[in-house]
Amino acid sequence: MAKKKFVVGCFDDEAVLFPAVKKVRTAGYKIHDVYTPFPVHGLDHAMGLRETSLHTAGFIYGITGTTTALSCISWIFTKDWPLNIGGKPHFALPAWIPITFELTVLFAAVGMVLTFCYLCQLAPFVKKHHFHARATDDLFVMVIECTAKTNEADLQGFLNSIGAKEVNVQEAEADWWFGRYDQEQQLIRDTKVEVA
Amino acid sequence: MAHLKYESQLREPLVTGNKDYHQVTEDICRPIEAKPTKLWYVGFYIAVALLMFGVYSVYREVTYGIGQWNLNKTIGWGWDITNFVWWVGIGHAGTLISAILLLFRQGWRTGVNRAAEAMTIFAVMCAGQFPIFHMGRVWMAFFVLPYPNTRGPLWVNFNSPLLWDVFAISTYFTVSLLFWYSGLLPDFATVRDRAKTKLRKLLYGVAAFGWTGSTKHWQRHESLSLVLAGLSTPLVLSVHTIVSFDFATSVIPGWHTTIFPPYFVAGAVFSGFAMVQSLMVIVRKVFALEDYITLGHIEAMNKVIVLTGSIVGCAYLTELFMGWYSQNKYEGYTFWYSRANLFSPYGWSYWGMMACNVISPQIFWFRKMRRNLFVTFFMSVLVNIGMWFERFVIIVTSLYRDYLPSSWSVYYSPSTWEIGFYLGTFGLFFTCFFLFAKYFPVVAIAEIKSVLKTTGDTQKDGMDKQEEMQPEEFVHEYAH
Repeated sequence: MAKKKFVVGCFDDEAVLFPAVKKVRTAGYKIHDVYTPFPVHGLDHAMGLRETSLHTAGFIYGITGTTTALSCISWIFTKDWPLNIGGKPHFALPAWIPITFELTVLFAAVGMVLTFCYLCQLAPFVKKHHFHARATDDLFVMVIECTAKTNEADLQGFLNSIGAKEVNVQEAEADWWFGRYDQEQQLIRDTKVEVA
Repeated sequence: MAHLKYESQLREPLVTGNKDYHQVTEDICRPIEAKPTKLWYVGFYIAVALLMFGVYSVYREVTYGIGQWNLNKTIGWGWDITNFVWWVGIGHAGTLISAILLLFRQGWRTGVNRAAEAMTIFAVMCAGQFPIFHMGRVWMAFFVLPYPNTRGPLWVNFNSPLLWDVFAISTYFTVSLLFWYSGLLPDFATVRDRAKTKLRKLLYGVAAFGWTGSTKHWQRHESLSLVLAGLSTPLVLSVHTIVSFDFATSVIPGWHTTIFPPYFVAGAVFSGFAMVQSLMVIVRKVFALEDYITLGHIEAMNKVIVLTGSIVGCAYLTELFMGWYSQNKYEGYTFWYSRANLFSPYGWSYWGMMACNVISPQIFWFRKMRRNLFVTFFMSVLVNIGMWFERFVIIVTSLYRDYLPSSWSVYYSPSTWEIGFYLGTFGLFFTCFFLFAKYFPVVAIAEIKSVLKTTGDTQKDGMDKQEEMQPEEFVHEYAH
């Protein structure tokens, strides 16, 4: 992974941000990401992101839990060690519903959270470049990736004209790396700025 | 605004004090960034002392055996299982607030969900201690897990409600923890990005998992929260249902009733909300969070308390009715002699329960009382005492006189170490809660910000225009 060049525009109101996103996209710039302090509803659509299929993954994990519970319990109680409990049937499905349900929920929840962390690349000691420290406080930070054709000065002027309160250019690693937040770390890998 | 979210002006603002986004961050991070007060240290050390006493009580129980408790030949479950059910019940409010109220789109949950979920997790931790140490040979506790072993393999009994409980409680704990922590990630990131000292940057940096606030991440986060809420909703109902199966699937008079699952779930919500109230009334005052946990929040929770308290009351009366209507003399004896008769050996506990759970919460039919902090705090403690009595009544009054009069037991009262164990779980609970209150954002920062523009008081004042708009005009203006 190499460093890339980004133009960063910070907005302080989501009501200004929405039209700005639209204008930037219409002008043909590629929005790398918008960092917000809270989930802004509809921003993903405005940016043209596709729907997440995390819930589908959740469903698959859930039915995995269901089948795990049912197959394990029925194998154990009918094949491996059929216990005689008061002469009742070995295949006692109604009595297995609670555990089946619990395992469905457990598999779905654990699987989804792990998938979420994997997709978003979140883990302890993962460090990423933060374009603005107040992106987790009160600023909506729009980051636009520069290409060979991008005129940075023009773009900065454009961002100012559509309501950005603060505009700057940053060269940054777009990917994550192992690191700690109490230390300044430079990547030892290639530091050449790459232009798409 | 980008979406069609309209809040009537008739609704009370959920965030008062004319906040902007930065102010929200400041207010909620202030207690984390300040030095702990003297009061905090005093409370924390009392909690740790209680915890130590509990550890010693458990040490005696593990070393000398269950004989350290006053359980006897008919009362095999006493204070320990009473305390277990009581703590599990308390552990229901957090997930109810964060999951069920999320699905019902109750905006007021945002002010209290973080602390309520924390409370849930700590309460379930306390609950888990009781059945584990009740096993006696606690070093063999892992026998409850089904794993291929060298004893046959000999499996656990999947048809037993006690095993269902193992799965239910452990799943509930895990899912609540995941739900809570995934919500904490963005807030830890907020604290991390404001941190001044190196240690804070390191610790909150690790805790925040490298959260940036990317739109794609938020989109997935929203999806995750919604599905986890959808999963937790039946889960929270299932957990106390399964706890009630521990009793209801037996043939003991007083336990063998079909209304147990809904009655237990209502009771759990009742006691859980009471515990949330006790903690919130203090937290909002000590951390100056009155703008986020308003009287409106307190009132909403008191409404839940009067509702669930009345459901529980109906269940008590139904049981009494069925004790007579079934014409089963064992049922009749349990309900009308062992319980409802004030002058039977444990009659005091039944009437204590009735007074605390059914009669006194009716005070919350009055708005003035729902919004009175002293009444709220007093009632919340009373309700938790009443709910402890309820579990004691169910367990002990059904067990102390069984079918065979020759085995009727002597009067059961707990030993010092039984009481010590219970006090120890209070120590555990409050030690965890004090640490949480000091080092974690006690109100969900990001969630408050996301409702600020629709439910904050400044924003509400600006809504007059929208109130008078025609629907077409409103859609034109606000829908994208």
